Amino acid sequence: MTSSIRVRATANRDITEVQALIQHPMDSGFVKDAKGELIPPHFIQELKFACNGKEVFVADWGPAVSKDPYVKFSFKGAKKGDDLKISWTDNKGGSDETTAKIV
Amino acid sequence: MTTHTGPHPTRRLILQGAVSVALIGLGNLPFAPARAAANDKYPEEAFKQKSEADAIKALYGRTAEPSDKVKLDAPEIAENGAVVPISVTTTLDKVTSISFFVAENPNALAASYRVPDGTMPAVANRLKMAKTTNVVAIVEADGKLFSATKEVKVTVGGCGG
Repeated sequence: MTSSIRVRATANRDITEVQALIQHPMDSGFVKDAKGELIPPHFIQELKFACNGKEVFVADWGPAVSKDPYVKFSFKGAKKGDDLKISWTDNKGGSDETTAKIV
Repeated sequence: MTTHTGPHPTRRLILQGAVSVALIGLGNLPFAPARAAANDKYPEEAFKQKSEADAIKALYGRTAEPSDKVKLDAPEIAENGAVVPISVTTTLDKVTSISFFVAENPNALAASYRVPDGTMPAVANRLKMAKTTNVVAIVEADGKLFSATKEVKVTVGGCGG
């Protein structure tokens, strides 16, 4: 199965820019389906980024984050070739993780 | 209300079953002691608050002051409230977290980011907006809260209902 996480981490001198795109419905719990039934909330709650064993960014998300969420941030202390680990968990206990090489 | 006797009740039961299972699953999680460490656990309570003020209180336990050192970038008009690109940068030092609130969403807190040492105090993301309202970004820096606010006009709401 392909990962739900697409990530690009680019090192420029001592700053690494990270862009991540995750496939997830991010159902808010306020939307009705075609039959008029509420679609229960289903959204990513925690998204973590770790580099060389150190947490570099953590997102706490509610259902107001858009479908297939996107996030961008930058951090110091990494270099090209280092591993960036990305993991998420959602409100139904679902999760996924991947590791990207910093380029 | 209509009184359907068709397949509706069954489906509802099945859905309720699924929700119960999800709730039982959540019950196994260790519940965070109320705001003991606002910065290292998922802020369950803050996400449940309806108003922006209550959400800020639940997340941080204090109030924010507007600051021109917080730059909130959001569109004037969002054609599609389901996907509104919003970002924040700041020139403040010692930033430990950045949070986004959409004032008139059903729950005001949209996203909160923990910014460890060595991570730049800037984040871009995409949020849903139910209708035209203020977007508020809060930056926690050196233990204090600073905010920036911008009204975003929404043509088509993004929260359904």
